[in-house]
Amino acid sequence: MDLLYARWQMGLSLAFHIIFAVIGMAMPVMMVAAEMAWLRTRQSEYVDLAKRWATGTAILFAVGAVSGTVLSFELGLLWPAFMEFAGPIIGMPFSLEGFAFFLEAIFLGLYLYGWEKLSPRTHVFAGIMVSIGGALSGAFVVTANAWMNTPTGFRLIDGRISEVDPFAAMFNPAAGAQVVHMLLAAYAAVGIAVAGIHARLLLRDPVNAFHRRAFVIALAVGLPAALLQPLSGDWAGRVVARTQPAKLAALEAQFETKAYAPLRIGGIPNVEARETRYALEIPGGLSFLAHGDPAAPVTGLNDIPRELWPALTAVHIAFQVMVAIGPWLALLALWAAVLWWRGNLFESRLFLKAMVLSTVLGFGALEAGWMVTELGRQPWIVQGIMKTSDAVTPMPGLVVPFVLFTVIYIGLGAVVIALIRRTVLETAPARGGQ
Amino acid sequence: MIDSVVLLSLVLVLSLTAYALLGGADYGGGLWDLLATGRTAERQRATIAHAIGPVWEANHVWLIIAIVVLFTGFPRAFAALSTYLHIPLLLVLVGIVLRGSAFVFRAYGPDDPRHDRFWGRMFAVASTATPIFLGVIVGAITEGRLPDSPQGSFVTVFVAPWLTPFSLAVGAFTLALFGYLAAVYLTLEAHDTEERAAFRMRALISATTVGVLAATVLVLAAPEVRLGLIASPWAVPLHVATGASAIGTFVFLWFERFQHARVAVAAQVGLILWGWALAHYPYAIRPHLTLAGSAAPANVQILLLQVLGVGAVMLLPSLLFLFGIFGPRGAQRRQT
Repeated sequence: MDLLYARWQMGLSLAFHIIFAVIGMAMPVMMVAAEMAWLRTRQSEYVDLAKRWATGTAILFAVGAVSGTVLSFELGLLWPAFMEFAGPIIGMPFSLEGFAFFLEAIFLGLYLYGWEKLSPRTHVFAGIMVSIGGALSGAFVVTANAWMNTPTGFRLIDGRISEVDPFAAMFNPAAGAQVVHMLLAAYAAVGIAVAGIHARLLLRDPVNAFHRRAFVIALAVGLPAALLQPLSGDWAGRVVARTQPAKLAALEAQFETKAYAPLRIGGIPNVEARETRYALEIPGGLSFLAHGDPAAPVTGLNDIPRELWPALTAVHIAFQVMVAIGPWLALLALWAAVLWWRGNLFESRLFLKAMVLSTVLGFGALEAGWMVTELGRQPWIVQGIMKTSDAVTPMPGLVVPFVLFTVIYIGLGAVVIALIRRTVLETAPARGGQ
Repeated sequence: MIDSVVLLSLVLVLSLTAYALLGGADYGGGLWDLLATGRTAERQRATIAHAIGPVWEANHVWLIIAIVVLFTGFPRAFAALSTYLHIPLLLVLVGIVLRGSAFVFRAYGPDDPRHDRFWGRMFAVASTATPIFLGVIVGAITEGRLPDSPQGSFVTVFVAPWLTPFSLAVGAFTLALFGYLAAVYLTLEAHDTEERAAFRMRALISATTVGVLAATVLVLAAPEVRLGLIASPWAVPLHVATGASAIGTFVFLWFERFQHARVAVAAQVGLILWGWALAHYPYAIRPHLTLAGSAAPANVQILLLQVLGVGAVMLLPSLLFLFGIFGPRGAQRRQT
């Protein structure tokens, strides 16, 4: 029971933190872009935008920083055996992340409080450094997570680690694909969410120059990432196929080991009957995507011991959610490109409505993706090396911290949403015209 | 060549020192927000928020650095610490989350006095409570009651080892030190003489409180801990230096030489921390776990030291730039 609460607490903390972490990565990019546009054009909407986005960044970054602190302690509070084992091996990316976070915090302070004290060039430079620091922190932390999926850079002799090579651990087989997938997800989710918010306001006030400029910058950050994301997803999927067969089988709810394994769209796995029903199947699709050859055999769950299965239904559904949203967002990107090329980006109400409907989809895919990778690795905390149940703390009563953090995070989430609405959005200039 | 365990321990103590002198003062700021009284109360709160605003995120990162060094360099110590001190660590985390969030909620909130008061109070209370639990943790690893296996009842394993008079006294002492630092620093941030006098008075009261609590901690300490603190070979010079800086701070405050007082108080708090660290060495957690016994493989330690060295060289200029722009000297430049 305590194991379950520990997992719930970790999952909740990750799900909460990731929202603020990605905003801390992508929001500074938009804020600097707006400031640079202001310096070039001297149109007042841009500086207004830069300052509002800076305020948003300040609030959201702070919540991200403290919830990230919680996570760094929770690694030990909930999984002390894991940290005792893995600390020396994956401490390197965490140390580097510490420096990247330092960079972010220093230059964010300079940016937020330095509008009057720094020269425009230094101020823009500070904003760029915040953006770089954000991307680097994200990348470093994701390499540590990738190591849990594909542990390398050490040898186990009688349960003790030796020959630790922290850089080999950092550059593990899953690191590249996961880092690219995560960075693109961050820019796509945040850019599309901000664009969706302004699309809603543009539907009400179509010629509002402020919202138009905000919309364009947010699209420019979000949509290229959304367009590239299916490609990086394909890469990540092939890495999973090579390194984590149980995860791949769970993603696709594939029970039978076979060649010409189908790609499933939808479907509900039935564990008792060991079959997946109601799915649209594309014959050979999975074999082709996973191994580049429709005849390639794919390991099914039937050939994996039952106790080593991940939570099948949750992983399969989360994966379906992610791969349903991804191509849709890529399609939006193409649509926007066509409208932009024709010069009527703001005229298509249908596109604006599609953006409004897609506002939270990027975040939905992001959360689903983390569920896929984390639940898909279970019962392992370190794939093939250490079980999650062997890593949990002996501390009893973990329901208490779980409830405590749930309450705190729900409260903080509500306050943040209310605050962003009141300070950043509702006071936005309502005047129209160019 | 010096042992890599010693060097890494040194790095750990250095980052804790930075956290205490910078992040600690930010907690202390919250204490003085809570205790702001008199005609200048609102101005005091504004001064505190103004001083903390640009730097608190960066100051907070020192804690992250310390934690990362701990779990990379001394993984067994990190595991033991987070197992047996789960409850006070959890309370520290709750405090960190609430004060950080409350601070930005107030700073960027709508112009509504009720909003400001609520989040201001949250920031102040959380800032005051958190150092107590930080101190309790330091007290618990010093006192030597933490178990080395989770055998026994919940209370004997997870509560009794840290809920002791000694650890609580260290908790109170930590809060007093942080408040002391903040009050002295704030004398340089104050808007006017009236407000400066208020912070000076708070600093003088804190100085006395720190002295009383230091004595309390010593009295409550286990005999071998007390002996380590006062009878080691390095103890005499260190105590002379600590005493000199303590008297110096008091005198500078008395004669309103605030620039000097700031340097002296930082020296005093730093020396107290170093005195504790020297007395605690070679333990990570007394009495079961030494630093060497909890350390990562040697090649990892050396690599970590190299990365930290390179990182520090790259970061230091930016950090100095930040404090150059927003530090008290920046504030004075504004006034002239």
